[in-house]
Amino acid sequence: MRSRLTGGRVLHIYTWAIIVWLTLPVLIMMLFGFNDTPGRYNQTWEGFTFKWYGRVFALDELTQALVISLLVAVVTAVVAGALGTGIGFALGRYRFRGSGTVNLIMFATMSSPELVMGASLLTLFVSLGVGLGAVTITIAHIMFSISFVAVVVRARVLTLDRSVEEAAADLGANAWTTFWRITFPIILPAVMSGMLLAFALSIDDFVVSNFTAGTTTTFPLWIWGATRVGLPPQVNVMGTLIFLGGVLIAVATSVRSRPRKRSSA
Amino acid sequence: MSRSRRVLAPYLLILPGGLWLLLFFVIPMVTMLSLSLQQGDVVSGYVFTGHWQTYVDAIGNYRTQLVRSLIYGAITTIILIVLAFPVAYWIAFYGGRRKPTYLFLLLLPFFVSFVLRTISWRYILTDEGMLLGPLKDAGLLPGSFNILGTPVAVIFGLVYNFLPFMVLPIYVALERIDPRVVEAARDLYADPPTAFRKVIFPLALPGVFAGVLMTFVPASSDYVNSAVLGSSSTTMIGQVIQSQYLTSSNYPTASALSFTLMAVLLVGVFAYARALGTEDVMKVAAR
Repeated sequence: MRSRLTGGRVLHIYTWAIIVWLTLPVLIMMLFGFNDTPGRYNQTWEGFTFKWYGRVFALDELTQALVISLLVAVVTAVVAGALGTGIGFALGRYRFRGSGTVNLIMFATMSSPELVMGASLLTLFVSLGVGLGAVTITIAHIMFSISFVAVVVRARVLTLDRSVEEAAADLGANAWTTFWRITFPIILPAVMSGMLLAFALSIDDFVVSNFTAGTTTTFPLWIWGATRVGLPPQVNVMGTLIFLGGVLIAVATSVRSRPRKRSSA
Repeated sequence: MSRSRRVLAPYLLILPGGLWLLLFFVIPMVTMLSLSLQQGDVVSGYVFTGHWQTYVDAIGNYRTQLVRSLIYGAITTIILIVLAFPVAYWIAFYGGRRKPTYLFLLLLPFFVSFVLRTISWRYILTDEGMLLGPLKDAGLLPGSFNILGTPVAVIFGLVYNFLPFMVLPIYVALERIDPRVVEAARDLYADPPTAFRKVIFPLALPGVFAGVLMTFVPASSDYVNSAVLGSSSTTMIGQVIQSQYLTSSNYPTASALSFTLMAVLLVGVFAYARALGTEDVMKVAAR
């Protein structure tokens, strides 16, 4: 191994170069949130300012799109969290007929092109004459998030030490009490990270939303629509705030769950 | 807990989520397949006629875009393997206690919307922009040089957006390798390149396959990169499908095209699932 030290160093630098390349557009986006541009044209640097942070909610349509995105993401996290936990728990705990089919459908939802999922939902909604909007977006987001939550929860249930539950039963706890006092607290971190994942998938989603939104706009849809006329600096500010919020939550949860990480990896 | 309740328990737990997936994933797919064989229009409705001609026409009309998408997807995937393997290798074997940190850094850009990041690249790569502008002013590039609108820009965007999906599965496969296996190879007088070729790489292959699955499918069906970074000469099948659905409301043609795309990609997906199982992909997805 010692002879590969120089190779290791080259790969170390290379890895950092890739990380920098991946992060570059994010940094540019953040930087242009501080650009002292007179109007909507925000592609050349005009000087430093904090003014867009003060006017971040000045564009009503954009603010509304962000609110819709957040609402959809919260509902998606809660509903997909509940439904996905059910599936994940069943797959992790029980052996039953049909589990293969459930696995296959989950695998299909995770590997199908988003374009096709969005398009097929659109054909369903059109055939049924359902009006498109925030509700259909949420239905779609829950659909593609369920499997991710289920996989995360299943992994935790599989590594769960059953003897703890047996101990509770030996001490006279009934099945209901055992579940809520012992099992649920143990799988809760997985449920939470599944819900966070669902929230992140939902708030970032463009393709499926594009097909199921009708005239409603979410944050990514608004950006898409505004591309041709130029993105106002408010978009950069909101993007920066979402980015920092997401990083903060991710760091906080990973610090909290660190002692367990080794065993579940 | 009574016996019957124990037998029913998994089904009751799966029922709500399973029903959701049935209603909003399985049934829409069937609806789309059915609609692709119907004739009519939005106003007067559609009638099922088993009209396979729609497929023939749609594929005939958009063969260029379909083939182009598969080629862009394939080129992207090959570049991704080459770019991602060393990163995954370094993190898996040299990352030490910092492994989670490096993986987190790779996923950092995902906290910014996919669309926004792609548009950010458009600003960076634009003809007189922050990258090409100074190079042109310095006389290092001819004034007519451009990246935006070319296949290079589109594939660049695809590679950029899907790189982490190639690194993660390869990393998962490499991480699983027992260091003693590599040591054994060395003890048996394999030099480092041979140990890599005969031991490490074959053991990493399932990860590479998982990565191919996780990047080729979304890259070939993508329409954001081509729309933001490309031009009319880089139109991909995703853009055709999107505009057939959302602009022309030509549902049978659009459905036939999405079904064709789905079929082409799914043949690969299910061949993969049969040969290698679904565990690797799900494990990565759950990270």
